[in-house]
Amino acid sequence: MARVVVDVMLKPEILDPQGQAVQRALPRLGFDGISDVRQGKRFELEVDGPVDDAVLARIRELAESFLANTVIEDFTVRVEDPAEIAEAVK
Amino acid sequence: MTARIGVVTFPGSLDDRDTQRAIRLAGAEPVALWHKDKDLKQVDAVVLCGGFSYGDYLRAGAIARFSPVMDTIIEQARAGLPVLGICNGFQILTEAHLLPGAMLGNDHLHFICRDQKLRVENADTAWTADYEAGQEIHIPLKNMDGRYVADRYTLDQLEAEGRVAFRYLDFNPNGSLNDIAGITNEAGNVVGLMPHPEHAVEPLIGTGRTDGLPFFTSILKKLVTA
Repeated sequence: MARVVVDVMLKPEILDPQGQAVQRALPRLGFDGISDVRQGKRFELEVDGPVDDAVLARIRELAESFLANTVIEDFTVRVEDPAEIAEAVK
Repeated sequence: MTARIGVVTFPGSLDDRDTQRAIRLAGAEPVALWHKDKDLKQVDAVVLCGGFSYGDYLRAGAIARFSPVMDTIIEQARAGLPVLGICNGFQILTEAHLLPGAMLGNDHLHFICRDQKLRVENADTAWTADYEAGQEIHIPLKNMDGRYVADRYTLDQLEAEGRVAFRYLDFNPNGSLNDIAGITNEAGNVVGLMPHPEHAVEPLIGTGRTDGLPFFTSILKKLVTA
């Protein structure tokens, strides 16, 4: 089992009113010095078996055609380090 | 013989019955289509109606775009089948890349429901021929994700080719770029818009006007004289 993470963010030129609403709430919570917030989506894909180049290529295809709409969004695909996962569940 | 116009029902569609009624009032025969069926029952045109589809999870229209019925619609729309997308239907058409650009949440982050004034910019499409170019109409608008966006190159191309079909007048209700309320593809057979013409076809309800009816009479005339 391995985990592949796909992060999807609105392209920088696209207005993100949700991120702006979060940013505007920050001073009220005592957080100063944050000039901008952008909100995105994170997908965690649990893959059966090893994550080889072929699997990653398929996942990139999936991200490009479905998880992200590349007209408005950019995405990144990465394999999550198993040691990192083990640390997180401790 | 009259024209047969299909109306697709997705899980979450709200306006399929209203759309069927509008088609009937215009004098055509509505045909119910189901999202899981690839078969279009030999209809002459298709309307993707408003509401929601598959909960609009991920992005509005993103999952509906991969439904079995859309496989056939995408293929046939590319071959010239007239397709109208209203609200969620417009979102599905952009997700399917039958129309350029994309739809995002309203810039004010609220659901909006109002009578909206529009200008008909293109009266040469399959769905707008019964309007006059420049005509001002009132049609109900109700949505959460109505902000039309496209890159500068696409916007310039749409404007230069007269493919902005409808524009918001007096008030931009959602932050759409260039006040765009609806667009058409290059061939004029695929049209999408956020406001709901099917809710403005009888004097008794809605705006009290029938400004939406020409969508359905336009397509009927095109099909019966074709």
